[in-house]
Amino acid sequence: MADTATFSPSRRLVLTVMGLGAAGFAVGCSAGNTTTAAAGPVTQTALGDYVRIGSDNTITVYLRHIEFGQGVSTGLTTIVAEEIDADWSQMRFEHSPADDAKYGNPAFGGVMGTGGSTAIFSSWAQLRAAGASAREMLRQAAAAKFGVDASDVLLVKGKAEAGGKSASYGELAAEAAKITPPDAARLQYKDATAYEFIGKERDSSKGFGRLDSADKVSARAQYALDYHPEGTLTALLARSPKFGGKVASFDDTAAKAVKGVTDVVQISNGVAVVATDFWAAKKGRDALKITWDDSAAETRSSDQIFADYKKLLAKAGHDARKEGAGAAALRGAGEVITADFEFPYLAHAPMEPLNCVVEYKPGEAAVIHSGSQMPTADKGAAVAVLGLKPEQVSIVTMLAGGSFGRRATQDADLMMEATQIAKAINGKAPLKLMWTREDDIRSGKYRPMALHRMTARLNRDAIEAWGDRTAIQSIMAGTPFMPAGAADLSSIEGGFDIPYAISNITADVHWPTSPVSVLWWRSVGHTHTAYAKEHFFDVAAKKLGKDPVAYRRELLAAHPRLLGVLNLAAEKAGWDTPLPAGKFRGIAVHHSFSSYVAEVAEVSVKDDGTFHVDRVVCAVDCGIVINPDIVRAQMEGGIGYGLSSILGEAVTLKDGAPVQTNFFDYSVMRMAQMPKVEVFIVPSSEPPSGVGEPGVPPIGPAVANALLAATGKTYAKLPLGTKA
Amino acid sequence: MKLTINGKEQEYTGEEDRPLLWYLREDLKLTGTKFGCGVAACGACTVLVDGEPTRACMTPAASLAGKKITTIEGLDTPAGKAVQAAWQELDVVQCGWCQSGQMLAAAALLTATPKPSEQQITDGMNSNICRCATYHRIRGAVARASEIMG
Repeated sequence: MADTATFSPSRRLVLTVMGLGAAGFAVGCSAGNTTTAAAGPVTQTALGDYVRIGSDNTITVYLRHIEFGQGVSTGLTTIVAEEIDADWSQMRFEHSPADDAKYGNPAFGGVMGTGGSTAIFSSWAQLRAAGASAREMLRQAAAAKFGVDASDVLLVKGKAEAGGKSASYGELAAEAAKITPPDAARLQYKDATAYEFIGKERDSSKGFGRLDSADKVSARAQYALDYHPEGTLTALLARSPKFGGKVASFDDTAAKAVKGVTDVVQISNGVAVVATDFWAAKKGRDALKITWDDSAAETRSSDQIFADYKKLLAKAGHDARKEGAGAAALRGAGEVITADFEFPYLAHAPMEPLNCVVEYKPGEAAVIHSGSQMPTADKGAAVAVLGLKPEQVSIVTMLAGGSFGRRATQDADLMMEATQIAKAINGKAPLKLMWTREDDIRSGKYRPMALHRMTARLNRDAIEAWGDRTAIQSIMAGTPFMPAGAADLSSIEGGFDIPYAISNITADVHWPTSPVSVLWWRSVGHTHTAYAKEHFFDVAAKKLGKDPVAYRRELLAAHPRLLGVLNLAAEKAGWDTPLPAGKFRGIAVHHSFSSYVAEVAEVSVKDDGTFHVDRVVCAVDCGIVINPDIVRAQMEGGIGYGLSSILGEAVTLKDGAPVQTNFFDYSVMRMAQMPKVEVFIVPSSEPPSGVGEPGVPPIGPAVANALLAATGKTYAKLPLGTKA
Repeated sequence: MKLTINGKEQEYTGEEDRPLLWYLREDLKLTGTKFGCGVAACGACTVLVDGEPTRACMTPAASLAGKKITTIEGLDTPAGKAVQAAWQELDVVQCGWCQSGQMLAAAALLTATPKPSEQQITDGMNSNICRCATYHRIRGAVARASEIMG
């Protein structure tokens, strides 16, 4: 099991690919104070599938999840560091190769992938075991070396000590690798009270912080777009302006006349222009003349789609929930209130647009550098397109400049396109497929449009019945992620399972179809269900004359963890204290991805009706906290990402084509709109749960509820824009 | 024509209209300057031209003869060093893609205004988009960098 590889220290900070058959690469990473590598080659020794110890005494943790900002490179590494008894300065990370057997995600049925805020939750047990197992192997090796009993060996900060003798892990690794790993069932874990890293605060004076900070600050960090081997050709693909359109014919005369353009090739998704560099490829693509066959394309505008959805809502959809008398209880004594909530298509718009580099040798092999969120699917697509065997294709996972769900697709779109182009040019050079920002905004994979018809019957001082009927395209239907005929309840997750103690509940859903492609977008169904649920709750509470916090407490009595965050957020925000004139508060609480988050938004509304979110107080319960500062960072970022979407983001269609093109009309949030954020964490001994997504859902309704408090209006059409 | 990039003279022989960004990334392998939008709307490609924050994605390399261009790889001014130290101290980064541009914008801001008010920080940084929404920490890090500069 001693899988030993030799790295040259001079190349430690750059991408290292060891020939076409190998995968895995070093993203240089250091814990604050970068140490100069000792002279001579560094030998890496594997202790299990996740831990490698260098002869330079570094400990490298293999990540089966991609680092795209959410902090897994630190969080997952922390779990190993704790159990192996490391010094933080030893810790490094690398993305693991694409290998389901070793690195599949248990939360995804063993398929490799990052998403659903599962990284920490699905790795906790596994990486604790990996660290503890490696530690015991090092202990045995030290005992043999020192000639003492294993129980006399003290392991501390990356060193083994006994009887006045001492050896670093780096010195012990080769011998440790020969020892049979201990029985996993009998591994001993550190008591939480002895933790050195887990749950500890960032401390820059000790170099304890994010493992990817130093290289990102110095710009040494390597992303897929930074990978540019000599002779790389760059491709841009002209895709159909309307969703579902196909190439009917094209004229590439002008494109081929552009200096630097080497090839123009048609693939399944459009026409690709290949050139010596980006600028030539762009000019070449601009010069293409393509006639599109729109016979199967979407031709509606957004207004028409909403109108069609409204027609659908006249009838019952797929039943997802029935409590008490269900839909029948929406009629009866008291007052019935209703509102149609409209949510637009949203683009993910990660800062690094999609791209990858395919190095293809026909009939032999391919190495693909990509910010791959789902390496299994990407590899499968490459194998199928290139006609190679799985063992001939290596996916090298690079750091990615954000994703928010966009880099994990049902059809491996990026990989399909890139490998088709590489194949069309017969692998004559490394092929980089780039998406421009326009491609990113206009090419689909959107958060689906959604229409929620919310209905409540208020009677006897309470919400007596609650109804939520939704029309939304399914993300999962017809994909390998869902068995045929199964109901895609991810469309309405967080809505149909509303936790409030209401006697009569009904939730049903329609899944209309369209050639517009849709995809999971940071927090998936919760992006709209939480808004409709939490804002409509406040609309009902206001009608009933009830305080939003007090009424939630009353109806969440059976949900201690929701209550916990609700109460903490309300307390820290000073819910019961008055605000200055022109300022208003709103609260929302939501459970998603096994975590619980409440947010209070403080919003100021000016005389001209414009509003600004000044402050957000957030309380989160995500079980055991591995790294509190990264939890805070993910809440801050989730709040910003969610706020951006509800304030200004929308992709609207006109005659089937997106209206928006780039950041000047797909309006994302900038610093001026960012509130001050305070995050409070509920202490917990529950297993760790996700933080990447759960910060997003509550912010929209918290802001809408503050606006409701200000104006008495219901805010049912998104985005909200700038006026209350 | 000759361009001065991070203190080193370079002979540019490319197309007249080719943006500086691609010359930096593809030819000089200075990949710290990032592509984000291509239309000067996000700031990911920010470099300093004679100290002024400039969008490399829409500035033709050929228009910069005789100018001094600074990228993240060559940011060694007192303000630049303070910014990078503060960025790391506060663990500002998440995905990191926009951060070169953010740090160059911050360095330019602090060079012109060593003690910026909160509003001046927002005004100075508002052109740079961060989709991870690290704005909250960027604000703090610009203020911290100002302290480090003394």
